[in-house]
Amino acid sequence: MTQMSKIERAATMHDIKISAKDVQVYYGENHAIKDVNVEIEDKTVTAFIGPSGCGKSTFLRCLNRMNDTIDICRIKGDILLDGEDIYDKRVDPVQLRAKVGMVFQKPNPFPKSIYDNVAYGPRIHGLARNKAELDEIVEKSLRRGAIWDEVKDRLDAPGTGLSGGQQQRLCIARAVATEPEVLLMDEPCSALDPIATAQVEELIDELRQNFSVVIVTHSMQQAARVSQKTAFFHLGNLVEFGETSQIFTNPVDPRTESYITGRIG
Amino acid sequence: MSASWLLIILLALAGLGFLLGRNRALASVGGDLRKLHSLPNYYGFNVAMLAFVPAVLVLGLWAVAQPMVIDASASGVIPQTYYQDEGALNLIMSDVRRVAEGLDLAVAQGVLSASEATVLNTQTTDLRALLGGVGVALGSEVAPEVLAAAQKMRVMTATGNWIMTAIVLAAGLGGFLVAVRMTQATLRARNLVESGILILLIGAASIAILTTLGIVLSLIFNTINFFSLFPAGDFLFGTTWSPEGRGGSEHLGILPLLWGTIYISLVALVVAVPIGLFAAVYLSEYASRTTRGFAKPLLEVLAGIPTIVYGLFALTIVGPMLVSVFGADGLGWMQGTRSVMTAGLVMGVMLIPFVSSLSDDIINAVPQTMRDGSYGLGATQSETVRQVVLPAALPGIVGAILLAASRAIGETMIVVMGAGAAARLDLNPFAAMTTVTAKIVSQLTGDSDFASPEALVAFALGMTLFILTLGLNVLALYIVRKYREQYE
Ligand SMILES: Nc1ncnc2c1ncn2[C@@H]1O[C@H](COP(=O)(O)OP(=O)(O)OP(=O)(O)O)[C@@H](O)[C@H]1O
Ligand SMILES: [Mg+2]
Repeated sequence: MTQMSKIERAATMHDIKISAKDVQVYYGENHAIKDVNVEIEDKTVTAFIGPSGCGKSTFLRCLNRMNDTIDICRIKGDILLDGEDIYDKRVDPVQLRAKVGMVFQKPNPFPKSIYDNVAYGPRIHGLARNKAELDEIVEKSLRRGAIWDEVKDRLDAPGTGLSGGQQQRLCIARAVATEPEVLLMDEPCSALDPIATAQVEELIDELRQNFSVVIVTHSMQQAARVSQKTAFFHLGNLVEFGETSQIFTNPVDPRTESYITGRIG
Repeated sequence: MSASWLLIILLALAGLGFLLGRNRALASVGGDLRKLHSLPNYYGFNVAMLAFVPAVLVLGLWAVAQPMVIDASASGVIPQTYYQDEGALNLIMSDVRRVAEGLDLAVAQGVLSASEATVLNTQTTDLRALLGGVGVALGSEVAPEVLAAAQKMRVMTATGNWIMTAIVLAAGLGGFLVAVRMTQATLRARNLVESGILILLIGAASIAILTTLGIVLSLIFNTINFFSLFPAGDFLFGTTWSPEGRGGSEHLGILPLLWGTIYISLVALVVAVPIGLFAAVYLSEYASRTTRGFAKPLLEVLAGIPTIVYGLFALTIVGPMLVSVFGADGLGWMQGTRSVMTAGLVMGVMLIPFVSSLSDDIINAVPQTMRDGSYGLGATQSETVRQVVLPAALPGIVGAILLAASRAIGETMIVVMGAGAAARLDLNPFAAMTTVTAKIVSQLTGDSDFASPEALVAFALGMTLFILTLGLNVLALYIVRKYREQYE
């Protein structure tokens, strides 16, 4: 009861950016997401937490229709972005993904130079009118990805030649370069050291001024630090969703409590 | 005893050795497997290996060496006055071999008894008729010298076979006994078998390398031989090819052939590379699983069609079709059905599955996460293919194209049937031309002497082809390496 009123209060503070209703996801016979209802607000960081294999990545991938690329994946229910059903036939998934960007769980730089990796999105969407503007976008994005200082002297070097953590930050820079309205980040800090992690968290905080960010993380501290809302998934169910402070200090569901105190997971 | 019987005996010995070695190893530890150094089968294989392999090697070497030794000593029987040169001696020796063979056959069929066969006389017996009766036809009457040499050959072969049997059996039994005596719990049978396998693999690899080396060396020597009879400059830079030149003026210039080869291959690649590549992109990126399931095997069926069938197709369908458009009744560019275009188009069709199935495998090997990254940034499917998938697959695709080029350069049948035999330097793609491979065939299928420049030129042509394809392969390797450095 208290939880509901809190969501309502938050909703009045910010507009609802994405709203998911009764979402079911199946991989063939495997029912991976069950009855998930969630509302993601604009200008807010929402954290998805939960044990491995509980469906966090799967649900995240529903939000920008990345699951379309998996043959066996079927999705039921409604997901609305700014009030429009993204699974509607008239919606072009390509344009949707330009609006809802994604950083993947595994770093996946293209086999191109660092510069071309970041410039990829802006070039496709025609965000830069000339080379100077493109250079500017690339530099800004790499700075936001907290990797500029490490790569500024070798922008022509292949992105695949970077270390795992550097590749992860390059992918973050690549995703923010297209200026998405919603950024979905699947464990963006899993391979980063504390310093880079702090920089990425700073970036997330900065992005929150204008956009909405959804972050999947296995670090309770990170979820507590960066997010305003937290969703706890367990075995494909959304167990609890609410204000981050409330979830971490006063969880309603006993499963949430045992997870954040380290007893299941 | 014949070689095949020996082989069967050795196999039996090896089988027996396997059982014996295994049991002996087991018995030595009272059936407790854990006390053995290796699994029992290894002890068995070790005995079988030592019994079989050395003996078979001896058998193989003997079987190769014996005829050479016997030939050499039998030819000593023929008096020097009887022949002028090596060639004549070779002819006589082949007669000798036939007589020896015929006599053996006659004994085997009961026409002669074994003792009768050893005391034949050319004066008293009509050997030619006798051997003809057992199915060995001779070109002339048998001279006494030939009979003497044949008899010597028979005697030596008989003793040689006996000695061989004895030595091979001794080697087999020796290996068998040594291996059985070695077998005990502490013997590292596993390691011995392992090194046996290593030697086998090294042997296979060296046979592959040595034969290649042999082929290349024979090419080189015969090419040098050719250049000693024919000026290299005229061959490499000559613009006319007319081996049967009148009045001793002979032109063996390679340029028209090389031009034909390159022109036809180019037409073929222009057909095959875009179509093959697009087909591969469609199959791996766009096609549904079911479409792919039947389209890919269907395309690969094309690769299984023998090239002679493509040649027929070129001659009977593509050629006439082109003539009806570009021939005398149409644009007037084409004289006959045979042309660069005919052969090139058909060869291109032949290469499509080659390019597409190689490229398809390579495109499929590009990880899905790479495509996800591109889709995640809002790229369309064709943008993803063009800007991410194809660049990532480029080194492999270039390799596939160069392989296809090598095949196009080496293709013969389609050229003979589709492009004709006229060596010509011409830019018109509707003119008949020919290639290096087709000329190699025509130079060697006549009844020309193998020591003449007209025949030896085939080796020089072969050498040129070899260098050309080798160059292409080196280039392919270089490109693949270069991009790999950049991308991985
Ligand atoms: N491509 C796929 N094909 C089939 N099943 C899948 C696929 N991807 C995920 N699954 C299944 O869906 C379930 C949820 O997987 P998901 O990747 O969403 O978990 P997750 O919460 O992100 O885990 P982690 O924290 O380990 O990343 C798992 O049972 C998994 O086996
Ligand atoms: Mg995940």
